[in-house]
Amino acid sequence: MTKIHLTVDGGAVSEDVEPRMLLVQFLREKLGKTGTLIGCDTSNCGACTVHLDGRAVKSCNVLAVQADGGEVTTIEGLAATYDGGELHPVQAAFHECHALQCGFCTPGMIMRSVDLLNENPDPTEDEIREGLEGNLCRCTGYHNIVRAVQTAAAAGKGEEQ
Amino acid sequence: MTVTADRPAAEIGRDRRRKEDRRLITGSSRYTDNIVLPGMLHLAMVRSPFAHARVTSIDAAEAKAAANVVAVYTAADLDESAGVLINAWPITPDQVTPVHPVLAADRVTFAGEIVAVVVARSAAAARDAAELVDVDYDELPAALDLKEAVQDTVLAHPDLGTNKSALWVFDSAAAGTGGNVEDAITAARADGVVIEREYRQNRLIPAFMEPRSVVVDPTGEQLTMWSATQVPHIVRFALAATTGVPENKIRVIAPDVGGGFGGKLQVTPEEWLAWWIARQVHKPVKYTETRSESMIAAHHGRDQWQKLTLAATKDGRVTGLKVELTADLGSYVAIVGGGVPVLGAFMFNAIYKIPAYHFACQTVLTNKTWTDAYRGAGRPEATFAIERLMSDLADELGMDPLELREKNWITHEEFPFTTVAGLEYDSGNYEAATASAKKFFGYDELRAEQARRRAAGDPVQLGIGISTFTEMCGLAPSRVLGSLDYGAGGWEHASVRMLATGKVEVATGTSAHGQGHETAFSQIVADRLGVPFEDVEILHGDTQVSVKGLDTYGSRSLVVGGEALVKAADKVVEKAKPVAAHLLEAAVDDIEFQGGRFGVKGTDAGVTIQEVAGAVFTAHNLPDGMEPSIDAEATYDPINFNYPHGTHLCAVEVDTETGQVRLRKYTCVDDVGTIVNPLIVEGQVHGGLAQGIAQALYEDAVFDDAGTLVSGSFVDYLVPSAADLISFDAHHASTPATTNTLGTKGVGEAGTIASTPAVVNAVLDAVRQFGVEDIVMPCSPARVYAAIAAARAGDTGTTTEGAGA
Ligand code: FES
Ligand code: FES
Repeated sequence: MTKIHLTVDGGAVSEDVEPRMLLVQFLREKLGKTGTLIGCDTSNCGACTVHLDGRAVKSCNVLAVQADGGEVTTIEGLAATYDGGELHPVQAAFHECHALQCGFCTPGMIMRSVDLLNENPDPTEDEIREGLEGNLCRCTGYHNIVRAVQTAAAAGKGEEQ
Repeated sequence: MTVTADRPAAEIGRDRRRKEDRRLITGSSRYTDNIVLPGMLHLAMVRSPFAHARVTSIDAAEAKAAANVVAVYTAADLDESAGVLINAWPITPDQVTPVHPVLAADRVTFAGEIVAVVVARSAAAARDAAELVDVDYDELPAALDLKEAVQDTVLAHPDLGTNKSALWVFDSAAAGTGGNVEDAITAARADGVVIEREYRQNRLIPAFMEPRSVVVDPTGEQLTMWSATQVPHIVRFALAATTGVPENKIRVIAPDVGGGFGGKLQVTPEEWLAWWIARQVHKPVKYTETRSESMIAAHHGRDQWQKLTLAATKDGRVTGLKVELTADLGSYVAIVGGGVPVLGAFMFNAIYKIPAYHFACQTVLTNKTWTDAYRGAGRPEATFAIERLMSDLADELGMDPLELREKNWITHEEFPFTTVAGLEYDSGNYEAATASAKKFFGYDELRAEQARRRAAGDPVQLGIGISTFTEMCGLAPSRVLGSLDYGAGGWEHASVRMLATGKVEVATGTSAHGQGHETAFSQIVADRLGVPFEDVEILHGDTQVSVKGLDTYGSRSLVVGGEALVKAADKVVEKAKPVAAHLLEAAVDDIEFQGGRFGVKGTDAGVTIQEVAGAVFTAHNLPDGMEPSIDAEATYDPINFNYPHGTHLCAVEVDTETGQVRLRKYTCVDDVGTIVNPLIVEGQVHGGLAQGIAQALYEDAVFDDAGTLVSGSFVDYLVPSAADLISFDAHHASTPATTNTLGTKGVGEAGTIASTPAVVNAVLDAVRQFGVEDIVMPCSPARVYAAIAAARAGDTGTTTEGAGA
């Protein structure tokens, strides 16, 4: 067991973890952050995507101990959405554009999209599609996910939708 | 101002944003694996690495002794109350159906079958201990190749004496629905055209994003199961029927479910094991599969060889169609496993007036993962075959493929139309959908570009593929199911409760896993009762709340479940009328209901439905003898299937130097009748297209010679990513269905059914010029390249190698 200290969704946490525990297991099992989901065991699906120190990572591909001292943001901490608070613009765009059906890929897809827009605030359709390549969705055919990222990008520039 | 005055006239047709989104986009979801209960124990499965083997010994001593392990079970520990897994649709009276135990005893029949279960205090401990279970196997010869399996040289189940499970036949001459197909073929051989083909339906994996998960809590008065399932009511029935627990002691809940696509309409060994073990250990238990387990153990789809003979006159009139299928069941007959190809039997004739038809399907047992419904279930296979054949016939005759289709399809004046397969199509307009699709697609311009590139010998050739599909959905009229020996009915149930505060609570027996029932059904009820959309709450997926139901598959939720909802809501209005009349001191006959308000004809007097609900709640002032309730329920049995249709046009660019296929444009015009929510409908079409395109270009469940699934993860099983697909040009036409009140048609499977042949026809259209006649799906760069090379070298261009292995 190793003791780790980190910030998750704005709160300080400290836990003993087994060295082999994955960050996604730590989030779900130790912290009850079940908004972050697990869709595969080969780091292909992206359902588990969170931000570690501001960048999107697949939390099934990071050990909990590697996040020691870091700052993690999950879908649950992306915006102060409890009690009906404002959605993050990317969350709002996913809702507006019907970019989710079953919702299982959605937390990871949103976290990846936020990162993508941070990197490139004005992506082309091809850049969006390439940028989301590591996140699989089985329901939407991606059409509306691409629309949502474009919509969020436009909102970021203060454009009218 | 009444509550209803400020709501829009019609909810139906509005592109309402979904009610279900907020939880899902903020991470407050409730998928089964998120559930944690006090004292919960975890299961891990020990699975066979062999496709077919005798289990000679299992040594679980070390696993049992490991830290935090509570128990290890093998088949020897099970008793009758573990139950068995059922096949609900024996397609013939003499179907050969192996017994499907929840744990393999002395023999395993596919790689992935469960031989032991570890129960531990954590999932990690259970998984670690599973590695310690020592199983000895004696490998047996395995029946793997479908065409070989049907020869019975190697048996998947030696005790059964054959791999042939059932032969299901439909013949239009025998049924009196058409002529004799052999006569048609003979005539066409003498003076016409006969197209003979053999197409391969690749094996697919539904690959829902949420791995299956089950939690069982045995600590209440009712035993509760949460499961990532499409079919909580069917699971409940099957648990009661096979495990001896009375039905009224069982509660099954499908909480948030992360996609299904048919892949979660199963009753599974994993559920049955969790159910039995929870009752042994008297603690809640959970099992969540890994993706790798999901790929090998959750049922697969498709996997057929299709032998086809199409007869036509020289001017392109189809005179007969003969279909001979061989369908792979895998090693067990899944819940509707044998029935899936039979559903296709009614759809090979599609939108065409074919005078003679013969269909035969041989289902076959092999030592592979079981197969069952996958989005479309039988209809994609049928649509693929006929739409490929029509394009091949057009090529043979040198006709435009759309013209050929038009020559043979049912015209819009001819509805209702009884087909050669015996179904009555109620409505449709193939001309309108096609005209509109051609326009959006830019058909003529793309044909011109194709000609230019061909003439220039461009290394990147353009191909245009067509699919004018229809399908039967809205499963299903119970009597028809009875005539097909299906083990249940096809009705659906709904109940509508008017709460004291004026809110409306609706329970539906269909169970959503991404389809947006909460939104679409709220729109229907809001219109029917004249209440605000926001005031309607849709409850589903819990057998204690949605007390009756037959769940979600076969694009049935809206057309069957929605109709039950309409009928229940209408009953509420009828029950409320006498109360309104009483409150308004008018005669019941003088009461009219509109926009949520009961008015007295010719006066301004009226009460809202919410006021009536309040009056019924207090029950202080009701008509004499009236039961104080206006709640209502309805169970609706559809009178017919439902026949959405559409025209799909696909343009692809084929790089003849690499075999790479790139989607250029995809246009579809789908006629799904009246649309409740265009946003949701479009989403269903997009997702369906992606899955159909994936069958054509990317996905393939491949087994090696030892029977191991080699495409057993997302590394090898190519679920397309955003980078593999394009934006779709999706539109709709609308011919309302005549068999339900709202005129709706199913849409859940349409995109998948239509798109696969559109894509493959497009690929072939690009490379036919080199002499290529067929490319087996998925049309990977390697296969496309090989087909072109072989055809150029004077070969037939058929690349069946590697298919079906
Ligand atoms: S769960 Fe992390 S990539 Fe699939
Ligand atoms: S919404 Fe279901 S997987 Fe993306």
